[in-house]
Amino acid sequence: MYQYTDFDQTFVQTRAAQYRDQLTRNLAGTLGDDEFRPLRLQNGWYIQRYAPMLRVAVPYGELNSAQLRILGRIAEEFDTPPPELLAHAQTTQDKIGNGPAPKLTTNYGHFTTRQNVQFNWIPIEKSADVMDLLSSVNLHGIQTSGNCIRNITSDERAGIATDEAVDPRPYAEVLRQWSTLHPEFAYLPRKFKIAITGSVEDRAAIAWHDVGLRVLKNASGEVGFQILVGGGMGRTPVIATEIKAFLPWDQIINYLEAIVRVYNGWGRRDNIYKARIKILVKAEGQRYFDEVEAEYQRILADGAQHTIPQAELDRVRACFVFPALDTVSSAQQSTAEHTLVEMAGHNTEFARWLEQNVASHQNPGLRAVTLSFKRMGQAPGDATADQLKTAADIAERFSAGEVRVTHDQNLVLPWVRVDALIELWNAAKTAGFARANIRLLSDMIACPGGDYCALANARSLPIAAAITERYQDLDELFDLGEIDLHISGCINSCGHHHSGHIGILGVDKDGQEWYQVTLGGSDGSELSGPAKPGKVVGPSFAAAEVVDVIEAVLDVYKDSRDGGENFIDTLQRVGFDAFKTAANSARNATARTTDHAAA
Amino acid sequence: MTTFDILTIDTNLVNANKASDGEVSSDTLALANDGDAQTLSLEGIARIDLHFPKFTDGRAFSQAFVLRRRGFQGDIRANGDVLIDQLMQMQRSGFSSALLRADQNAEHGKKLLSQYSAFYQGDTVNKPLFTPA
Repeated sequence: MYQYTDFDQTFVQTRAAQYRDQLTRNLAGTLGDDEFRPLRLQNGWYIQRYAPMLRVAVPYGELNSAQLRILGRIAEEFDTPPPELLAHAQTTQDKIGNGPAPKLTTNYGHFTTRQNVQFNWIPIEKSADVMDLLSSVNLHGIQTSGNCIRNITSDERAGIATDEAVDPRPYAEVLRQWSTLHPEFAYLPRKFKIAITGSVEDRAAIAWHDVGLRVLKNASGEVGFQILVGGGMGRTPVIATEIKAFLPWDQIINYLEAIVRVYNGWGRRDNIYKARIKILVKAEGQRYFDEVEAEYQRILADGAQHTIPQAELDRVRACFVFPALDTVSSAQQSTAEHTLVEMAGHNTEFARWLEQNVASHQNPGLRAVTLSFKRMGQAPGDATADQLKTAADIAERFSAGEVRVTHDQNLVLPWVRVDALIELWNAAKTAGFARANIRLLSDMIACPGGDYCALANARSLPIAAAITERYQDLDELFDLGEIDLHISGCINSCGHHHSGHIGILGVDKDGQEWYQVTLGGSDGSELSGPAKPGKVVGPSFAAAEVVDVIEAVLDVYKDSRDGGENFIDTLQRVGFDAFKTAANSARNATARTTDHAAA
Repeated sequence: MTTFDILTIDTNLVNANKASDGEVSSDTLALANDGDAQTLSLEGIARIDLHFPKFTDGRAFSQAFVLRRRGFQGDIRANGDVLIDQLMQMQRSGFSSALLRADQNAEHGKKLLSQYSAFYQGDTVNKPLFTPA
């Protein structure tokens, strides 16, 4: 992990002090709400449905145990609404559907699809205190919202993946610093999201981002970047296009500067739904690409002060080395592997955990282990204050004090010794993190949705809970195999429904909750094929129908699959129509009596 | 750090030989915030006024940067919806003066300009933190 310097620490503390000044002036009435809004957003503070939401930045997903403990403290000491507010929120939610709503929870953190951590109940009066506490461990909310360059996300297995060409993390860290408080790019037309991967397998969904970066080596062994631009979700899902096949690594800031400067000037400011760079790239095409190239040449001619010095890359890269663990000798490795096979032979639960939650590692004596935060009784990606602290302890004991927040809202332990796996499994089981469902149906992505988010059209969490409940049986989950189920409460797509094999999107019709179902989306991984949005199966469904729709779709898969085919492969082979018909046959409340099925 | 003048409507009127918001003298140019700073003729120009129609419209930051890169050494002045919480970004992007919106506190604005002693990225004034000594 990056080791923060005195400069880094002071900078974050200064930022916290700057925010405190802004908050104080706003509460005193000398800084208006409109003027305060972008300032608090660029520190991660949203005003949400019932309470402020804080989004803490987790650079490319990496956290250490000390940071996890502070996040646990924040959950415990600060994530509490006044009782009247909570009662009001619960009463209001209860009025939405038929019958009382699930109980709203407090004192927890939530892992997001951009590897950040969110809190939903911290009173705004406490926000400056929270920023101070975060700064004590080099955490902050800098640019996690607002029309600026956001958290740069990456591969949960960066630096440890067996298929990695180049570790993307040092470059992600250099770019993070460059983008932090960039004075020219603080008021862009809209948000700007960058993702970076260094592996053959894209676990960072780079084609779905405003800028997607793949760091690789060319035929001569030189390191450089493939650069994609103009991807995004939302109202108009678009897959990014390649603007540069290979850019030498030390030029990456200069080229990004050109991309963002032209976007700043040309991006639309008249309509927030047309303001992302994906719209500009679609509208201008080659003209935009040519202008970026011209601007890049002007940057070079001006002396290119952001060409990355080798010394800086070396300084940053020196932090991203394997931690000092006792080496696992090949004898220890061999013994451990035998023990694992033996135990798996008579313990199905353990065997499944090994298969789904444990992955291979660049160091053959180590493993990458996913702690599952997808289980009954808690929303996907949620961790209570105690769970955050327990995760910190587990990381310290088994993973050199480090974790990664994954794009699918779990935690990965990147440095687990193969001869510690059984002990870890037991500790994870005790903590409730050992469900063997990674990449299976119940390892779903879900945004907080209408229970918490002011933007949502519908709640996502009751849908997630209903599907989790229906598909609890591990035998059944294993039989269904790997399926990406993504749920968003509105078109802003924080739940990434577009890229799900099965996507569920909450829509509002006549003040009621309805759900659109899509099939066949892809995040760009090898399993799913080239990135693309899923196709809508038909008019939206009532909340009560959604589980039946999922079941009908999965029945078609089970009936049609060839051998050990995955869901997405069967869907691609058999075609969309059989699944569409099955989904629509599950309608009862929304069944049409005529033959006219709307698109 | 180069000098940066924080102007209010009153100080602006007091400096009678400087044009106030909306009026330009012969060596002052006003560039619309969707104008092209790269091709603008700078011949005989001592001051360029750049506009913030809303403080959230950040195009003028890039215009100021481009003008400084072209070698313009005169005054680059911000006008329009100019708030003290963006002065730091203005100074770093190449502005040398800013005419504050009427309700803004210039004294507090001066304090905000010196909140940070250094930054990561280079700008029109500072080199990047990673520049070799």
